[in-house]
Amino acid sequence: MAAQAITGHVDWKSDAMQARRRARYAADRRLQIYGMVAIFFALGFLAILVGTLSFTGYRAFVQTTATVEIDLSQADIDRGDLMGANWRNIVRDALRQQVGDIPRSDQRDYFNIFTSSAPFLVRDKVIADPDLLDGTARFSIPLSDPLDQLAKGQINPDLPENQRRVNDRQIEYFNQLQAKGLIAQPFNWGLFFNADSRFPELAGLAGAISGSFWALLVCFVISFPVGIAAAIYLEEFAPKNRLTDIIEININNLAAVPSVVFGLLGLAVFLGWFGLPRSAPLVGGMCLALMTLPTLIIVTRASLKSVPSSIREAALGIGASKHEAILHHILPLSMPTIMTGTIIGLAQALGETAPLLLVGMNAFITSPPAGIFEASTALPTQIYIWADSPERGFVARTSAAILVLLAFLVVMNAIAIFLRQRFERRW
Amino acid sequence: MAGYLIGFLVLAAGLAALTSMQRARRSRDAAADKAHSRPIYHGLNAAIWTGVPAFVFLIVWLMGQNSIINSLVLASFPGADALSGAEKSLLISEIRQVAAGNIFKEPTPEILAAVDHLKSLQSIAVWMMVAVVAAAASIGAFFGYRVIESRFRARHSVERSVTWFMMFSSLVAILTTGGIVASLLYEALQFFARVPVTEFLFGLRWEPQIALRPDQVAGLGAFGMVPVLFGTFAISALAMAVSVPVGILSAVYLTEYAGERFRAVVKPLLEILAGIPTVVYGFFAVLTVAPIVRSLGLSLGLEAAPNSALAAGGVMGVMLIPFISSLSDDAFAAVPRAMRDGSYALGATKGETIRKVLLPAALPGIVGGVLLALSRAVGETMIVVMAAGLIARMTVNPFEAVTTVTVQIVTLLIGDSEFDNPKTLAAFALGLVLFLITLGLNLIALRTVRKYREKY
Amino acid sequence: MNMLTDAAVEQKLHSTSNEAAIKMRGKDVTVHYNGKQALFGVNLDVPEQQVTALIGPSGCGKSTFLRSLNRMNDTIEGCRVGGEITLDGDDVYDPRIDVVELRARVGMVFQKPNPFPKSIYENVAYGPRIHGIARNKSELDQIVESSLEKAALWSEVKDRLNEPGTGLSGGQQQRLCIARAIAVSPEVILMDEPCSALDPIATAKVEELIDELRENYTIVIVTHSMQQAARVSQRTAMFHLGYLVEEGATDKMFTNPDDKRTQDYITGRFG
Repeated sequence: MAAQAITGHVDWKSDAMQARRRARYAADRRLQIYGMVAIFFALGFLAILVGTLSFTGYRAFVQTTATVEIDLSQADIDRGDLMGANWRNIVRDALRQQVGDIPRSDQRDYFNIFTSSAPFLVRDKVIADPDLLDGTARFSIPLSDPLDQLAKGQINPDLPENQRRVNDRQIEYFNQLQAKGLIAQPFNWGLFFNADSRFPELAGLAGAISGSFWALLVCFVISFPVGIAAAIYLEEFAPKNRLTDIIEININNLAAVPSVVFGLLGLAVFLGWFGLPRSAPLVGGMCLALMTLPTLIIVTRASLKSVPSSIREAALGIGASKHEAILHHILPLSMPTIMTGTIIGLAQALGETAPLLLVGMNAFITSPPAGIFEASTALPTQIYIWADSPERGFVARTSAAILVLLAFLVVMNAIAIFLRQRFERRW
Repeated sequence: MAGYLIGFLVLAAGLAALTSMQRARRSRDAAADKAHSRPIYHGLNAAIWTGVPAFVFLIVWLMGQNSIINSLVLASFPGADALSGAEKSLLISEIRQVAAGNIFKEPTPEILAAVDHLKSLQSIAVWMMVAVVAAAASIGAFFGYRVIESRFRARHSVERSVTWFMMFSSLVAILTTGGIVASLLYEALQFFARVPVTEFLFGLRWEPQIALRPDQVAGLGAFGMVPVLFGTFAISALAMAVSVPVGILSAVYLTEYAGERFRAVVKPLLEILAGIPTVVYGFFAVLTVAPIVRSLGLSLGLEAAPNSALAAGGVMGVMLIPFISSLSDDAFAAVPRAMRDGSYALGATKGETIRKVLLPAALPGIVGGVLLALSRAVGETMIVVMAAGLIARMTVNPFEAVTTVTVQIVTLLIGDSEFDNPKTLAAFALGLVLFLITLGLNLIALRTVRKYREKY
Repeated sequence: MNMLTDAAVEQKLHSTSNEAAIKMRGKDVTVHYNGKQALFGVNLDVPEQQVTALIGPSGCGKSTFLRSLNRMNDTIEGCRVGGEITLDGDDVYDPRIDVVELRARVGMVFQKPNPFPKSIYENVAYGPRIHGIARNKSELDQIVESSLEKAALWSEVKDRLNEPGTGLSGGQQQRLCIARAIAVSPEVILMDEPCSALDPIATAKVEELIDELRENYTIVIVTHSMQQAARVSQRTAMFHLGYLVEEGATDKMFTNPDDKRTQDYITGRFG
């Protein structure tokens, strides 16, 4: 056959050749199948991830509560000192009245059905609206985590008593309350309006969301002007020399430095040397700004580069200064791309966790921060804290927090895509 | 206070701008010849003079204030000279806690005196700051206002300031790198003053918790980073074992086999994997993947930890798929069409063309991408913090737990920590190692990719 | 439309088949790119062991026709070929025809030399390897050597077979691509302006080579150089705006064309 080949004749129709071609086509198909398998593996993982999180997380969007009527006009409350009243006893008396006689030995179990912060919830409501003192008011008291799980079917009451976290008496009282129609499962607004808490039934994301907001605000205020200014300088003004080469390499490299290193920088420089406050969104935002900066510079430079030089020349030709040509013509034309890049950069910063952990934004804070100097958490660090908490209720809370974070990311990316498709020009 | 001051500066600058524009208009109308700059530039110039020096001054003041006050308080504290650095910072933080009203135990009279001293210093500092910033702003405004006349080149002056700002901005990247290197080096050198470098680089035991007792700090080999590095690369290797084949094969399918529409749908879906925050992957690894991996390991009769290297590495691998896939995609797309044509014209099938022509031609680009992905895997933090172990161990069983550099950095630094115990400093030494490794990988990768781009 | 009437076609076919056997034949070939027609009912015969030159101004469809002969148009998305093209009487667009075999039998050389980024040896050995033509290393060596010899490149590269093919000069690269095509023992070699990226000396070498190859292979060459068509081809086909204007023996086409457009083109009035 080789002799044939050299003289220029190959019998393409021979059996051997045909078999060989079949094998070659089979190999081609195999490669194609491997490719499909790879894609379906990746997409399948994505589907399972989103599915699992939604499945474990959706329950945290409702909260089991008991509606309790309390006759405050009868209670011993000094209107001048609302904080000083014995709310614990007031609430306990009211709770006790919901079911029949409770043996003393059962009281502890019974009260554990409700969140242990119930007195504070009632107190805060009354302080907000002192008119409640005039009569009987209805309060919606969240159930404690184990009972919440029971109500959501996460705890099997048929298990032996020592294998579940609610005992038989609690189940019995819970059933009594339910029979009286006191138990409800309203939408869990607390997830959005409560700050963090040790008790899953009260823990919410208000602190984390506002912490993330402040940190992103700081990140934006620093990285947006600095990023654009640096990009304009490097693209339009910088002489081509060693220094600009180094800056260029440096920016590309910074974009790939692990995020935890930025956390170390923040810890050592911002906290250690400058003495800025620990756990503050200011410091977290500064770390995020330094991380976002390289991406922003790269995006801005690319979009400045894409504006045709004829526009620059036209502006210069009618006597605009170089600064004016850039400010009046080139920058507005590349703004949509820059905004898109900025939003995507901020979305990345929103999901960033490690640097925030190192500058202490994983603190346990029970009220939302009022500004950039107050200690707070952020959404991703809140997820990390909750994921680390042993209570069962935090598993669903964590998944719910992740869904909230993902929703923010989806919205931000959707805005970016909208901007790109609506405003971006192709030259 | 600083917030109000910044607000004040903005107001002052705006006011300066408005009055200066007025004056510029008047002087333009009065002058016979044509004015050089439009009034707006005169206004901007005055605003810059008013706001910028005062603002810079404010920032510098704020950064320096605390350490100066601290040293003043310490200097007047009886017996503070004899204290070590650690005790000094402890003392200062106690004084500041008391001053802030957080009293845990009854403070000593010395401390109370120091608190009073601190408070008086702080109020003096605040008023001095206000006075100085206001003075700076007024002087600036005065100058900005005075230079206005029709021939003054306000536009040049403004543009010069803008150029300076842009130059400074482009230096921020350098300053960041400088800051990273300086802080890591500074803290790492302090660490090496306590633990010998050789111990750190070649020691086979990593047990930083022992260092809580001062007599056991050094010499016990408790700070040997070899097992930590081993764990890092073990998990990275597992991640690459998932992401490299899956990433390249999906890129092959998307660029060479898939139709236009399939590609348009699947590519963005794959990109989603890259947009999911790592803390989410970490939680998913703990919640779902780790138990599955564990039962798999147990059913194979292997020792299996709940936080296995395989679970962390596998999930990290999935995270890196879109990264490798899109870089391979670029690399395939960069191979000229003529290469494909040449191969098809010889009667090669698609598969043969991909394996024997495209893959070798795109290899440098793919290798660059893989190196960048490896650098990410080494530096990835949240997945391993949540899903990998804490104990440094050298084991080849992927079902057992190992620890990584990033895990150690985070666990050593989480919570309140002072800067002068070896535990904290060790984290910075590890950070330095991490920075150098990723820097090396990035530089090689960027160079490979750039060389490859030049080729076609 | 086409200047040739059906009767004339029959006559032509008859006359050419007397001179030499027909290797490939295009009948009523049409090509559409994404709905836009690029080729209109082309009828052309390619006689065996001769060089057929396709000439015409740019965008006239000559390359399109060439690429449909070995179904390279299949690799372009949205391209549709109509009519009939036969190789030794078999329709190459028949679904039963194996495109891999077809392209092995009908090789192709491109406008710009496109050696793979591999060694010279590997470039030539690529085709025989994938088709399994050689059974062992020494056979493969023989094929590589003889192909390089036939492409008149052997003496220049025999000492550096392991160096990358991309390191050769342009003319050498193009001859390497010819050797690569020869190595799979094709029956027909299609050349798409093979000299357009080469300098005059390299062009002369490749033209010389084409003339030699004619002894063993059927060659179809697209060229925009009239002189080249006149020098290397025995038959010439003139395309214009997607139509085949005229075809015939090269001598006649260049001295006494039937069609006014051919005359204008050859004398340089347009193109």
